[in-house]
Amino acid sequence: MTRLAITPFLIAALLAPFPALADDPDPADWNAVVEQAQGQTVYWHAWGGSTATNDFIAWIGEQVAAQGVTLEHVKLADTADAVTRVLNERQAGQDDDGAVDLIWINGENFAALKQADLLFGPFAEHLPNWQYVDTANEVLQTDFTVPTDGYESPWALAQVVFMYDTADMEPQPSAQAILDWAQANPGRFTYPQPPDFLGSTFVKQMLIELVKDGAVLGKPVVEAEYADVTEPLWDYLDALTPVLWRSGAAYPASGPAQFQLITDNEIDLAISLSPGEASTAIANLQLPDTVRTFVLENGTIGNASFVAIPYNSGSKAAAMVVADTLLSPEAQVRAQDPAILGYGTVLDLDKLPTADRAAFEALDLGIATLGPEELGTALPEPHGSWMTRITEDWVRRYGAGQ
Amino acid sequence: MRPLARRIASLRVTRASRLSTPSALGLVPALTLLAMLGPVCAGLAWTVLPAFGYLPAAQFSALSLDPLRTLLDWPGLSAATRLSVTTGLLATALSLGIVVLILAGWYGTGAFRLLERLLSPLLSVPHAATAFGFAFLIAPSGWLSRLASPLTGWDRPPDLLIVQDPWGLTLTAGLVAKEVPFLLLMALAALGQTDARRRMRVAQALGYGRISGWLKTVFPAVYAQIRLPVYVVLAYSMSVVDVAMILGPSTPAPLSVQIVHWMGDPDLTRRLTAAAAALLQGALVLAALVLWRGSEAAVARLGIVWIERGSRGHALDPVLRPAGLGLGLLAAFAVLAGLAGLAVWSFAGFWAFPDALPQTFDMRSWSRHLPGILSASVTTALIAGFATALALILVLGCLESEYRSGRSLNRRGLWLIYLPLLVPQTAFLPGLQTLLLSLGADRAIWAVVLAHLVFVLPYVFLSLGDPWRAWDRRNGTVAAALGTSPWGVLWRVRLPMLLRPILTTAAVAFAVSVGQYLPTLLVGGGRVPTLTTEAVALASGGDRRAIGVYGVAQTLAVLGPFILALALPALVYRNRRGLHG
Amino acid sequence: MAEALILHDIRITRGGAPLLRIDHSIAPGAVLTVMGPSGVGKSTLLSYVAGTLAPEFEASGMVCLGSTDITALPPARRRIGILFQDDLLFPHLSVGANLAFGLRAGGSVAFRRDRIAMALADIELEGYGDRDPATLSGGQKARVALMRMLLSEPRALLLDEAFSGLDVSLRRQIRTLVFDRARKMALPVLMVTHDPEDAAAAGGAVEHLTAVGQGL
Repeated sequence: MTRLAITPFLIAALLAPFPALADDPDPADWNAVVEQAQGQTVYWHAWGGSTATNDFIAWIGEQVAAQGVTLEHVKLADTADAVTRVLNERQAGQDDDGAVDLIWINGENFAALKQADLLFGPFAEHLPNWQYVDTANEVLQTDFTVPTDGYESPWALAQVVFMYDTADMEPQPSAQAILDWAQANPGRFTYPQPPDFLGSTFVKQMLIELVKDGAVLGKPVVEAEYADVTEPLWDYLDALTPVLWRSGAAYPASGPAQFQLITDNEIDLAISLSPGEASTAIANLQLPDTVRTFVLENGTIGNASFVAIPYNSGSKAAAMVVADTLLSPEAQVRAQDPAILGYGTVLDLDKLPTADRAAFEALDLGIATLGPEELGTALPEPHGSWMTRITEDWVRRYGAGQ
Repeated sequence: MRPLARRIASLRVTRASRLSTPSALGLVPALTLLAMLGPVCAGLAWTVLPAFGYLPAAQFSALSLDPLRTLLDWPGLSAATRLSVTTGLLATALSLGIVVLILAGWYGTGAFRLLERLLSPLLSVPHAATAFGFAFLIAPSGWLSRLASPLTGWDRPPDLLIVQDPWGLTLTAGLVAKEVPFLLLMALAALGQTDARRRMRVAQALGYGRISGWLKTVFPAVYAQIRLPVYVVLAYSMSVVDVAMILGPSTPAPLSVQIVHWMGDPDLTRRLTAAAAALLQGALVLAALVLWRGSEAAVARLGIVWIERGSRGHALDPVLRPAGLGLGLLAAFAVLAGLAGLAVWSFAGFWAFPDALPQTFDMRSWSRHLPGILSASVTTALIAGFATALALILVLGCLESEYRSGRSLNRRGLWLIYLPLLVPQTAFLPGLQTLLLSLGADRAIWAVVLAHLVFVLPYVFLSLGDPWRAWDRRNGTVAAALGTSPWGVLWRVRLPMLLRPILTTAAVAFAVSVGQYLPTLLVGGGRVPTLTTEAVALASGGDRRAIGVYGVAQTLAVLGPFILALALPALVYRNRRGLHG
Repeated sequence: MAEALILHDIRITRGGAPLLRIDHSIAPGAVLTVMGPSGVGKSTLLSYVAGTLAPEFEASGMVCLGSTDITALPPARRRIGILFQDDLLFPHLSVGANLAFGLRAGGSVAFRRDRIAMALADIELEGYGDRDPATLSGGQKARVALMRMLLSEPRALLLDEAFSGLDVSLRRQIRTLVFDRARKMALPVLMVTHDPEDAAAAGGAVEHLTAVGQGL
């Protein structure tokens, strides 16, 4: 999920006339949707680097198969690939039966597609399981400050946590504390290499920690102020990089790639966007059982994972069935189970039938997962343009061998 | 003489040779050339145009130098360029050097036969699997470091930059381990066409040492034959993507990897940058080839001086012979031990540093990935099967047409066959994707098959050409004299007699297709997941168990056909001694 | 039915340079021996007669069997048998299948099987039908090759150094066998050899080809 600059072609896409999409299903008529979905195949483009997520998606595939829908997980190395694909198809005039039926999306990728009017919808609020969604949660209504408006349906909550090995260190309360610890223990910390989403998220989290006035981050980047606002961040990273694992000359390619480094005792501290991920990895023997998680004193970034349907999908009805299945209490309880996925649920437990609520309450969140109180309130994502700019700058400063 | 004959003779008609003139068969060479070079040329064209700002599919239609300028502004350019050049030249020189040392020092010995026997399995391990295995072997937390930990006392891996080093040395080593078997195979085929044994006998009778005698009498003849394969290794090593993603540095990545990153960027202007970089990549490979060609001449001149000095070089043998064997075995060990590492990981329970083996073994990873592996295997086999069948039909058609017309392949033809292997993949595949996309034909499985065909065809030509031409034509004459039509000769005599090389070729073709990463990724648009694309996608997750499972599956997918290719003729012709050996 | 093999004013050139020239008629049952140093184009002549001349050669003149001009026929329809120095038995076929390959098409399965069995008996190889040709001795192979060729009922016979691969005693034996059969079937024989003993044994006319195109 990398940055996406608004380029001339996007504007062209906006201006170009759209073909009539007369046979699109009407989300409000759910019975018709289910009927139309029969026999359709959904190509869900989702990041494929995590075995646990891949297994969960395969399970979803089994659930929707019972409803006559075939789900194919197109494993991406980068969500931007799917976005590129939709944009390319729009340019090539392929306005029906495109390659992508469903995208795991959020942030800038969503903003870009929504702005270019390349998404089907609004559909999310018509899904039968929407009734259980925790609509009061701000994170589910705005995605990186962009209103979702029903063009994407949430399925998991994420919040930055730090995984650490209790055998080697104590939790650290702040960015500065992490730097101090890293300087005292060189080579024991690293983060995924931006433009990897999680890597960029780490940089963003540090920006939030270090910025003098947090309010500017809620608005688009103003070039004149950019250097000033980010100066503390670059000072911080300049100090941190030499004491990183491999002295910052190499980085893990993604979040899960950090697991092996912790297991092999190469590093003691790593970032995660999923509070339950560490517990899941322990259950899968990918992390030692001495790993726990912590959040920073001033809070950490939270966001939601969504699914969206491109305008040119040939299986919109089936894609909605998949989105609805993702919201079902069974799927949500499974996603939250640390033995399986460990993602936060997007449902409001108070809205659930008693039996379903009991299933959630019976969940053992896992030894490394923080309770809701310990996690605290998630900080809102900065405006998407910040992520784009600091990622570009990061690559220039630390990713190009300078 | 009889009147009729006299009358006809009086016309004094000059006749050309009376070979049957097949119509459809005559088109096959043209069709093959189109299948092989069409995508390359089209891809190059669609690389050059966007490099100068022209990409109408994305509303860029003004020619400009902006893409080149953007490329030049990229701060990683000099490092990425340097990496591409040094990796390519170093890997090629080392691979060639090791092959030469092995052949010069050990050709015809028992130790050589051992290495020779390892060749096929070594060749068949796909590049990506080799790279994964190699990474696990030599990483600071890798197998070697674990095995050494009782001696070193390490309880955590040393913080050393081995894998992904900024100089690309690990990448180079990984490439060498894979290219040595390839060049060795090519050199062995070339040795068959030189009278190496007699040359060596003469040299040794004149008192030359083994290595210096071989270098002075046999090497020039062998090198002339393997020059093109050496160029292929150079072009490949400079532009490889999958191996570079696994073993190469990331700050910055080698140029080829950066091209793929730019190709996948949602910002379409980055595609123009990618095209400009692809153009640069092509130019770099061309320049390196010219440089290499120039060094050939220099080395040849030095060689003449060395030969004229008449030194017998007895001092070389005791040093270089063990070195050659050692390096050869090291390359083989790197591949095979790496593969063993992948296999162990695929069954591993919890396995932390510095344990040499996992605490427990289980089938979790296999049962977890089995559904994905099965479906990817079906796709992989389908694509490889079609590409192999098409390539065999086309190449057999070409060779048969060549046989019937009596015109054999000339030097220029050989260059054409090698062309798809000499043009870096990253230089023309992005263009091909753009082209297919504007035709709405990307992500179709047949498009992937055709893209694979580009790379499979040369290998089929190279693998089948020699045994096909080595077939005794007089068999065809005898069969024809017995009243058999040309097609009858083909089906009833030639193909059955050549069953073994044909099946081996099919296995090679299958292996080449299975190993394709970039063509599958770019042309298939992600909807065509093969074992290789899945394995490389998993690499970003760093889950060694998953990588192990996919690496092993990938290797099996290649090894299976090879075993079949050996077993089938042995079974069919178990009572036909004339076809063994 | 026996007819002469007529080589009418045949001239073969290579890239415009004259290579050889011959004009001869071989009566049924007679042998024409063509001799000459190597490289003079003896085998090229045979390939022209057999219809497999390589394209780098140009040739004029006619090859006739009796009154039939076969110059333009594809090799498979000329019905001219050929024996090479090597037996060239097809290694993927059994001895019997090699003979069946030669036997002209037609007839019931049983009839063909009987013909093969008889042919094997004829060359003193009874019961060898299922054998792998690679397991036969040199003399046995030569006999099978001859029989395979005869079973195709050729109308003329070409011998391309056919006996030079055999050791002296075997050579005499096979040579006698071939010439006897050819005489019995009244086949015109065109033999290329460098061995004067072959020519003497053949007893027919001898044509000496000389190096490149003198006399043209």
